[in-house]
Amino acid sequence: MNATEYEPVIGLEIHVQLKTRTKMFCGCELSFGEEPNVHTCPVCLGLPGTLPVLNARAVHFGLMIGLALGCEIAGRSQFHRKNYFYPDLPKGYQISQYDVPLCTGGHLGDVRIHRVHLEEDAAKLVHASASGRIHGAERSAVDFNRGGTPLVEIVTEPDVHSAEEARDWLGLLRSTLRVLGVSDVNMDEGSLRCDANVSVRPAGSSGLGTKTELKNMNSFRFLAQGINAEVERQVGLLRAGEQVVQETLHFDPRSGLLTALRSKEEAHDYRYFPEPDLVPLVATPEMVEAARAALPELPAARAQRFERELGLPADRAHELAFRTELADYFEQALAADGSDLDPIALANWIPPLIERIGSDTDPAQSLVSPASLAGLVKLVSARQVSTTAARDVLTRLVAEGGDPAAIVEQEGLGAISDADGGLAEIVAAALAADPDAADKVRAGNMKAIGPLVGYVMRETKGRADGGEVTRLIREQLGLG
Amino acid sequence: MSDEIVELTASQAAAAVHAGELDPGELFETYRARAAADTLNAYLWVSDRTPAGPPAGEPAATSSPLGGVPLAVKDLFCTEGVPSQAGSRILEGYRPPYSATVVRRLAQAGAPLLGKTNQDEFAMGSSNENSGFGPVRNPWDETRVPGGSSGGSAAAVAAGLAPWAIGTDTGGSVRQPAALCGIVGLKPTYGACSRFGMIAFASSLDQAGPLTRDVTDAALLLRHMVGRDPRDSTSLEFPEPIELPTREDLRGIRLGVPDELVGEGGGVQDGVRRSFEQTLELARGLGATVEPCRLPHAPHALSAYYLIAPAEASANLARFDGVRYGLRVDSGADLVSMYSRTRAAGFGPEVKRRIMLGTYALSSGYYDAYYGTALRVRTKIAEDFRTAFQSFDFVVTPTSPWTAFELGAKLEDPLAMYLNDFCTVPMPLAGIPAISIPSGLSEGLPVGFQLAGPAFSENRLLAAAYALERAIGFDSSPARRRDPGGSTP
Repeated sequence: MNATEYEPVIGLEIHVQLKTRTKMFCGCELSFGEEPNVHTCPVCLGLPGTLPVLNARAVHFGLMIGLALGCEIAGRSQFHRKNYFYPDLPKGYQISQYDVPLCTGGHLGDVRIHRVHLEEDAAKLVHASASGRIHGAERSAVDFNRGGTPLVEIVTEPDVHSAEEARDWLGLLRSTLRVLGVSDVNMDEGSLRCDANVSVRPAGSSGLGTKTELKNMNSFRFLAQGINAEVERQVGLLRAGEQVVQETLHFDPRSGLLTALRSKEEAHDYRYFPEPDLVPLVATPEMVEAARAALPELPAARAQRFERELGLPADRAHELAFRTELADYFEQALAADGSDLDPIALANWIPPLIERIGSDTDPAQSLVSPASLAGLVKLVSARQVSTTAARDVLTRLVAEGGDPAAIVEQEGLGAISDADGGLAEIVAAALAADPDAADKVRAGNMKAIGPLVGYVMRETKGRADGGEVTRLIREQLGLG
Repeated sequence: MSDEIVELTASQAAAAVHAGELDPGELFETYRARAAADTLNAYLWVSDRTPAGPPAGEPAATSSPLGGVPLAVKDLFCTEGVPSQAGSRILEGYRPPYSATVVRRLAQAGAPLLGKTNQDEFAMGSSNENSGFGPVRNPWDETRVPGGSSGGSAAAVAAGLAPWAIGTDTGGSVRQPAALCGIVGLKPTYGACSRFGMIAFASSLDQAGPLTRDVTDAALLLRHMVGRDPRDSTSLEFPEPIELPTREDLRGIRLGVPDELVGEGGGVQDGVRRSFEQTLELARGLGATVEPCRLPHAPHALSAYYLIAPAEASANLARFDGVRYGLRVDSGADLVSMYSRTRAAGFGPEVKRRIMLGTYALSSGYYDAYYGTALRVRTKIAEDFRTAFQSFDFVVTPTSPWTAFELGAKLEDPLAMYLNDFCTVPMPLAGIPAISIPSGLSEGLPVGFQLAGPAFSENRLLAAAYALERAIGFDSSPARRRDPGGSTP
């Protein structure tokens, strides 16, 4: 019997801390790891009688994000009060946008955007317990430095259908926001936070199952892990004939488990109503134009340009463009050695570089300058150094820096060619050493050429060019 | 000399200081001593010393616009380092680290803080009996209430315990106590005065206003209260300077009398109605025309107000949770029980009633029926006034349907208490200014006459009120001549 196949349906809710100088509704500077409760004032502490004043820079950033995501900008949007009691919320309500957000619609890649709105961050709670969570804590302390930090909340439509897709799309969003310069977008530090609404449905159906909300997946890896765990759990329940219960789940990165959060009093009634202390936010055409003028080239557009103008394959174009630091490095290297450098060949050398410096390192921070990578690729293209030898040169560059041509010279890694006179003799020696293989190649079995090439590479310590070796083997076997 | 000083209005006192005829230190000390001997429970805190002199860079009293004439301030205005409790036990002893913009502006203009006045808790009330610190007594008859919620400010000015005072008006909280205490009270256009530093009751309605012995004092004080404040997004630049009134007639002025508020439905006392009619006669005598006008939705103002104001209050008062300041009642159990014990002990019954009303009105499933409907009524009321002001300069009503009632008389019946605000609630819902002036006595108790005008019509309103004030010739002195022992004059 065939078990029903299920398809995940995932929507993401992303909170982005904006990199403004001051907080959303007061003049306190944003905090970067200072002592607790030093960036506070009567307004962000919610003292009686204080009033919020909207940060114009945060609005500008919100508009930039909305435009970058292709959203429609509301000419007049509204702030609401979202009411709930919690010690991280000194007013007893959060000022957020509700029924008329700053931006609606839009898309990034294949994922549609539902809305983008502005709000204020809560303060940070520090729980004195082994887990750092509130359960079992003896004491809790409040750090109001974070309270009132400007946030943008981005909500997608449920257009994502796997954990991996969610992870990759969040990567694209992060690069986009980083290029915009509106946020540090650091998941470790909480300047980028992602919740996921997850449901499953029988594959091919169009309805929506009961969803759960996953919180606290504070890395790309945890996001994928959390979603996979939840999809598996939901499918398990449905296959066992049980129901998925709508609830909020907390992801524990150490165990990889999801536990119900606020299991009691689940249904909050936030009693939203228009914030009477703020006038409606009017986004004038001038403000929108200023935000549009501030937009740099975005990763998705950059990938298209890499494909269209430089001829990169789609995968490689995305791989570079969606990590801004890679794309920047790539373009600097391309510019460093002007005219005749093949962009595709150069692009193919970025992954080996990343492999050597570590996938989280910005290549601009490595010892390999864009110019020296360009120089190395040029040596390979001119067949002055073999691909194999060039990999060793790259390893040296990563460890010590320096000029690739000098390293090749110094280490005697220059390619051995027929013109040098030596390569033809070594090929002849290879044919003599393995007559069986030579016969098979002569008979048309090109798979047998491997051991012959291998012999030459061993003898030349990798300095021979693979193509040149193949050509000489065929020539000496009379295959033209 | 002390009695002569107290008989000066604030403007007269300021003029005497400017002329070098009155020492501002003596002026302050005279009132400080009277306020300290307060037997009306009008004050919750009185300054214990005469201000040493103006802060560096500010003019001396003799050259400052307000001449060093001391100011009584409603408790809910934050005053740096001075108790600011909004009449509530939940803020007992709370001393804010900053001062309200209006208080700061008035101090800079030369009106130093004399004391903090009693009020209904969080400005919720019309009799001052809802104060967490005991009721205020009316200087005209100490068995009666002074009105509310700015009852302490009104009683202090009426009794000569302060030359002038500020209060706040949300549904009538400046005008109604002014009426019941026989003084002048003005609620400005919404946004004219900064709300920064006013402990909020209902943010879309609250507005600071002067309580003074006469219209000239109100104009002088208001002049230094208005103006855009970058710390209050809802504040606006007043389009013109506030003028001191000089007008002596009402020629060409069209007064509209709304039947919806003044007719049988309003439950206006006979004595109040008589005083109102007499004032209309005086107005005609000064050249005004008096005609009926229509405010069709005004009878629903009270219902809309008692949804909107509690809804906003339910959020505004959420911050009083015992975590950061004010009262904390901690059983050592858990956070939620600390919240509820603190709020149960700190808030009085009327505040609890309104928090529950407001929470209910905003609840999912009820929002549209209650809060949503109230907002639509509010829009209609504003339209009614706009229509009326096409044909009339001012809408006039009795300020309160009744004169001061006896302490405890309406305490057990919140709805009867709410009817106090029947004539004063429509104006804040529409955001428009209104002034109450004393129009006479009914059985020995003051009656208030209210004029309401379009947004930012304060200068015209003050001018008309001034002309009427001269014609009425109300004698406010009996309330100042009480025996300090506490008996009525």
